[in-house]
Amino acid sequence: MTNLIEIKGVRHAYRTDAGPLPVLDGLEISVPEGGFVAVVGPSGCGKSTLTRLIAGLMKPDQGEVWLHGERVKGPRATVGMAFQNPVLLEWRSILKNVLLPLEIVPSKLSKKQAEERARFLLSLVGLEGFEDKRPSELSGGMRQRASLCRALIHQPEVLILDEPFGALDAFTREDLWQTMHRVKEREPFTGVLITHDLRESIFLADQVVVLSGRPARTQYVLDIPSSGLRTLDDLYTPQAAEQLNILRHQIQIAQGRASAGEASA
Amino acid sequence: MNKHLRAIAVPLIAIAILLAFWEWLVWFNGWPKFKMAAPSDLLPAYQRHWHLFLTMGWQTLWRTVLGLMLAVLFGTALGMIMGFSRTMRDALYPILVGFNAIPKATVVPIVALMFVGQHDFNTVLLAFMISFFPIAVSVSIGLSTLEPEYRDILRSLGASQATIFWKIALPKTLPEFFGALKVAVTLAFIGTNLMEIVSPHGRGLGALFDSGRTNSDFPLMFAVLIALAFLGIVLYYIVVALEKIFAGWAERAPG
Repeated sequence: MTNLIEIKGVRHAYRTDAGPLPVLDGLEISVPEGGFVAVVGPSGCGKSTLTRLIAGLMKPDQGEVWLHGERVKGPRATVGMAFQNPVLLEWRSILKNVLLPLEIVPSKLSKKQAEERARFLLSLVGLEGFEDKRPSELSGGMRQRASLCRALIHQPEVLILDEPFGALDAFTREDLWQTMHRVKEREPFTGVLITHDLRESIFLADQVVVLSGRPARTQYVLDIPSSGLRTLDDLYTPQAAEQLNILRHQIQIAQGRASAGEASA
Repeated sequence: MNKHLRAIAVPLIAIAILLAFWEWLVWFNGWPKFKMAAPSDLLPAYQRHWHLFLTMGWQTLWRTVLGLMLAVLFGTALGMIMGFSRTMRDALYPILVGFNAIPKATVVPIVALMFVGQHDFNTVLLAFMISFFPIAVSVSIGLSTLEPEYRDILRSLGASQATIFWKIALPKTLPEFFGALKVAVTLAFIGTNLMEIVSPHGRGLGALFDSGRTNSDFPLMFAVLIALAFLGIVLYYIVVALEKIFAGWAERAPG
């Protein structure tokens, strides 16, 4: 198996009072090692369920989730997660927040090495000098940066990002996109990004998966050819405009507002 | 004005103004001592009975603190049970609310009859019964409203429930816990004094108050009230100090 993440024929339904509510129905996603897949789709289509499946926080009713050639049966330490809510622990300093996963996951790093690594990651995302601050002293964007460092500290094979930039203002978000590229260059990871921002998906990912409306299945896969680091200018090329156009049309199909045969506007 | 000086001076000045107003009110209305005591009457009362105030104040204090400590242990345990189990919360909440709604003054004669002669035990029991409720409720709410992402962050790494509790749920509940403890402190004093005043041959400041009442010694009664207020303030600020140490992170920066 060459793919690091392999999601095969996953179906899942939530049990509600009104009977089972299917959220995922025939999901197929493959991410090669070092790849970065963005998952977009109409809201409420089960994108967050997908992250919980990959992280092993829940099991699908049907189908299989494989990580690095092993079937996911429960939580595993080789996953790092970041959410829209940075969920930093207010009673800890930023440095101690970043170090949190190492208190759970067995690590070869000594205490001093771990701290050095945390400081390195913080400087990588531009939080040098904020190590001893409390989360409440940081802005939303800075907290999200710290949350990213925490997700990376234990060198996870897979980084799962569930709309991490969704609550930030546009400028901070673009800033963080560039930070992500910087981080990936120095700290390679295989990533799954859940987002509802199409520009974000084509700027960060090398493959965009469009999910259909609920129950979600893989509706469309768009490859984003890339040559290394991207800059914000890359978002304003004819090529990017075309990619956005395709994705927007696919989302409309997913929402049931356009048919597949209809030419995109 | 210096920040620390201000923190001490402002409340002291406020207390002085209040006492002056009280003194003036009694003087202006010409109330006799058997109707209302003035602050200037209190000092002689303290001088006359200072040894009683010391011993009985101590009795009230240790029984209140002991009752409060039991309330913290029991309330936290109960809060944890209700915070982690939806079923237990549904089962216990109505019972708790009902128990809390019973005026504790009605419980005093029952407790006094059940454990007749066990004055210390009864007093501690009442202080405990009246003060565990807010602690249990706050802990259960703190635990049950923990955002799922906090859990997921550790659970996705394979952390056990116990680890999640110690590293996240417990510290995150501390601000609510201390908020409840501040309420519980004053409630515990009410419990202690109810028992001390109502039960015959009681001890503590409540009993001292009762002896003032039977002798129509208004200055003594008011002196007891002020002593109780003093103990309440001391205990309250001890809780505030503990809160600063253990949950100081929850405090917003001034401004």
